[in-house]
Amino acid sequence: MNLHEYQAKQLLTENGVAVPPGQVCSTADEARSAAEKHFASGARRVVIKAQTHAGGRGKGTFKNGFQGGVKVCQSADQLYEAAQAMLGQVLVTKQTGSDGRLIGKVLIEAASNIKKEFYLAVLLDRALSRPIVMTSSEGGMDIEEVAEEHPEKIVKEAIDPAVGMMPYQARKLSAALGIKGDLINPAAKLLLGVYKVWWECDASLVEINPLCIVETSDRKQALVAVDAKISIDDNALYRHKNIQEMRDLGEEAPLEIEASKFNLNYIKLDGDIACLVNGAGLAMATMDIIQHYGGRPANFLDVGGGASKEQVTAAFKIILSDPNVKAILVNIFGGIMDCNVIATGIVAAVKETGLKLPLVVRLEGNNVKAGLKTLADSGLNLVLATSMADGAEKVVKAVGGR
Amino acid sequence: MAILVQPSTKVLIQGITGSFGARHTQLSLEYGSQIVAGVTPGKGGQMFENKVPIFDTVAEAAKQTGATASAIFVPPPFAADAILEAVDAGLALVVCITEGIPVNDMVKVKRAMENKRTRLIGPNCPGIVTPGEGPESRGGCRIGIAPGYIHKKGHIGVVSRSGTLTYEAVWQLTTRGVGQSTCVGIGGDPVNGTSHLDVIKMFDDDPETHGMIMIGEIGGSAEEEAAEWIKKNCRKPVAGFIAGATAPPGRRMGHAGAIVSGGKGTAAAKIAAFKEAGIGVAPTPSDMADTLLKMM
Repeated sequence: MNLHEYQAKQLLTENGVAVPPGQVCSTADEARSAAEKHFASGARRVVIKAQTHAGGRGKGTFKNGFQGGVKVCQSADQLYEAAQAMLGQVLVTKQTGSDGRLIGKVLIEAASNIKKEFYLAVLLDRALSRPIVMTSSEGGMDIEEVAEEHPEKIVKEAIDPAVGMMPYQARKLSAALGIKGDLINPAAKLLLGVYKVWWECDASLVEINPLCIVETSDRKQALVAVDAKISIDDNALYRHKNIQEMRDLGEEAPLEIEASKFNLNYIKLDGDIACLVNGAGLAMATMDIIQHYGGRPANFLDVGGGASKEQVTAAFKIILSDPNVKAILVNIFGGIMDCNVIATGIVAAVKETGLKLPLVVRLEGNNVKAGLKTLADSGLNLVLATSMADGAEKVVKAVGGR
Repeated sequence: MAILVQPSTKVLIQGITGSFGARHTQLSLEYGSQIVAGVTPGKGGQMFENKVPIFDTVAEAAKQTGATASAIFVPPPFAADAILEAVDAGLALVVCITEGIPVNDMVKVKRAMENKRTRLIGPNCPGIVTPGEGPESRGGCRIGIAPGYIHKKGHIGVVSRSGTLTYEAVWQLTTRGVGQSTCVGIGGDPVNGTSHLDVIKMFDDDPETHGMIMIGEIGGSAEEEAAEWIKKNCRKPVAGFIAGATAPPGRRMGHAGAIVSGGKGTAAAKIAAFKEAGIGVAPTPSDMADTLLKMM
């Protein structure tokens, strides 16, 4: 589960990590009054940041023509106008697709007087099976590009989960960024706080980009997390009630929310051939084989190992809610699951949904003969396939592919 | 010989009284596997289906019955504890079927298992099958949730992160009259006990295994590591398939570990590593068995 920037900053603050002073607002009036307070307490500029999980918001465009989901404003009036242009409007970025995201909240912050920018992240190193803290002197940049072009500018420290991150590791990473003197101890404290958020909140990623050295109003230097991104391990959400409440359904595709209610794992894609499969690996492989034969998968859908008739019906309804779908491929390897139960579910679902689209079914495994008989006796207009490859070829042909 | 488990291996089930654990214990008993004990804290002294004694602790179950392997079916919040209890009892093999364990729990488990003699398979895996001599391969050792009847005793080793893709490969082999030595599902989580490479090395050392099918998917770099070793050391033919070529980046495809992030873990990179290592790459998941058989 992804968090919004303002939620991430809340978790960071709770763990002693400094962030710019700010308020999250849902109306332009609230935004104006927040901005007025920042100006009154001496801020020279105030930033308004549209809250969305999608990356690339700074370079995004609102559907009303307003440019950019992040604006640095010189006055409360200017900020009020920006808030009006953002709130309740749809922002399109390189990550949202053409549908964009509806912006319901903005974060209003006093602009930092930035002297230097760094990159900081905590994530799992799968090969080590340990967390790593990763820093780079190239703050504010796309870290994938830095990794590609200047791998020497990325410094990593693996953490032993038996003892957690030690202060010396935080000092070592800070020193590698060129931080010294007065700032080394505050920097180490900040790094330890960020690691603590990762570990104690069961995050899969905490990313601070940029982490900044700023000059405060009394001309001192301080370290501040100017932007923050946190993703939480879904498997661990059960033990974090406070984080569960941070879920924003507006950021999730409606069909994916509907699927999750039936314990179905559905991910919408751009193609026109829907698939319904049992097992995540087989579901991925089914998408691949559709593409191999020249078609384009419309979704990933895993109905799980013990799908019921109700789940199969719900799965058909979800697939059919995607207007791009022109044909359906059902691919079931019934290991323990009885193929006849699945076949009965398919027949019921097709009748209930009044399916008119071409349907190709590949059934294999436990009690397959009875399952195929149920399909044949149903009188439904469906095409049976003898293998995954046969099924993929037939469904691609049905949508007029090669 | 087969690897990891033999038909004679004595197995205990942690979480034997839960509905999922009970169902698959029953299926393993029908398959002819040596399920000798169950563990459910608080239900010690009872019997499972009048056949299998239940104990409160793994240590006691192992001591009383001689079990050397465990299958874990307990719910995710209790799985890390269950794994480490089995490790503490000194079992040789622990197979964790449970799906949905928090990643940090597994990070701690892996750390605690360093320098221990126990091997962990999984979590979030279908388990292990060493097929037997009987009809529909009965009499073998089935630990986990794989359908027993699709197997056939023979000489091909199968290793995969995915359950259903393992069944697909096994069934392709069996319907072509080709049997398996052992089939191992290592699980779809980002932190697991045993890697593709660990299993490939065991198959390479196993005189009964003559060839292997290795099934991978997007995410991480375990397939690349296995390919690197195979290129330099493996003495037997290996065919492979990588699932997820069409998966969008940044999305988890069902399995917690199946995600392309930061441009890492793509199917294209894994397929390239397979080809570089001389692994026969199946062009589609329908061709896994045929690709291997052509190499043998």
